[in-house]
Amino acid sequence: MSYLPYAVAAWLFIIGLYGVITSRNLVHLCICVSVIQSSSYVLLLAIGYRTGRPAPVYADIPAGTPAVDPVVQALMLTDVVVEVTVMALLLALAVQVHKRLGTLDPDRLRKLRG
Amino acid sequence: MTRPIRTLFFFVSAALLALAFWLSYSDLAPLGRNTSAYGDLVNSITVPQRHITDAVTAVNFDIRGFDTLGEEFILFASVLGVVLLMRRRSDDPMGDHEDKARGRIVPYPSDAVRVTALLLLSPMVLFGLYIVSHGQLTPGGGFQGGVVLSTAPLLFYLASTYPQFRAVTPPRLIEAAEAVGASAYIFIGGVCMALGGQFLENVLPLGKTGTLVSGGTVALIDLGVGLEVSAGFVLMMLVYLEELMEAKEQ
Repeated sequence: MSYLPYAVAAWLFIIGLYGVITSRNLVHLCICVSVIQSSSYVLLLAIGYRTGRPAPVYADIPAGTPAVDPVVQALMLTDVVVEVTVMALLLALAVQVHKRLGTLDPDRLRKLRG
Repeated sequence: MTRPIRTLFFFVSAALLALAFWLSYSDLAPLGRNTSAYGDLVNSITVPQRHITDAVTAVNFDIRGFDTLGEEFILFASVLGVVLLMRRRSDDPMGDHEDKARGRIVPYPSDAVRVTALLLLSPMVLFGLYIVSHGQLTPGGGFQGGVVLSTAPLLFYLASTYPQFRAVTPPRLIEAAEAVGASAYIFIGGVCMALGGQFLENVLPLGKTGTLVSGGTVALIDLGVGLEVSAGFVLMMLVYLEELMEAKEQ
């Protein structure tokens, strides 16, 4: 049980990669990329967690109380917002591909070039 | 490479990847028993040295402020990329996107949707501003508050029509807000240097712990990031909605 989050992170990464490789639709592919990315969130939070310690917010606990690791939480927090914009960029690419080539199937893109 | 061969190739690589995960995990302690000297140090100095009660914000905008500058510009670059990719081009294969039925009456959304969206609108603005401005005190800050703030124009869109949405979010203004928000971060870093510190060193007065003006530069950076994130999100909504409206008109 105590290693479960690490296993979940690895599983999310690999299953996301499987989705990317077998995808037949660029929108589906973008969502698979976000699944891969969410594995990093699980891993970071699991590494930063300390049993029995509070959140690193000293608004209502005495200053200096040992808390969970704030560094990995900070890493994750900015990434959540950045991921959404990167996802919008990928979807914009998908929109352009559909406009120019009339398909969203990654396998058909190669055949249509030229 | 055909699909079955590719899938087979994936399973071989996935097995190797799983092995790599296993090996890299071997030094990790069970959940909740890892140690991090850096994290403990941050937790012990955030209140006495920086007067910031949210250690996560202290890491983001003060102790590792330079790294967050990079993160913010990833966001800026992606928004820029979305705007560039979705822009109108004369050689668009789908033809020109002239409105062919000008002056037609666009049906309003249902009354239930409009009332709910309008009731939520002002609380969302207030909540967003609260999250942005209390970043150094409680969980929150520019990134989270910016996203909450950007839902307000979206709610307005739900309650009205696209032309009205465009009227309240003029693209030029949003673009300017985006640029100001992004440059504010660098500007604040420069001010710190002008005041005799390092780039982004927290040289402003730290204020009393637990008040809105505590934390020195952190509160200001929060405002800048909040502006940038909310403007970036609204800008992306604008270009996507523009695309959607064009598609509908064809």
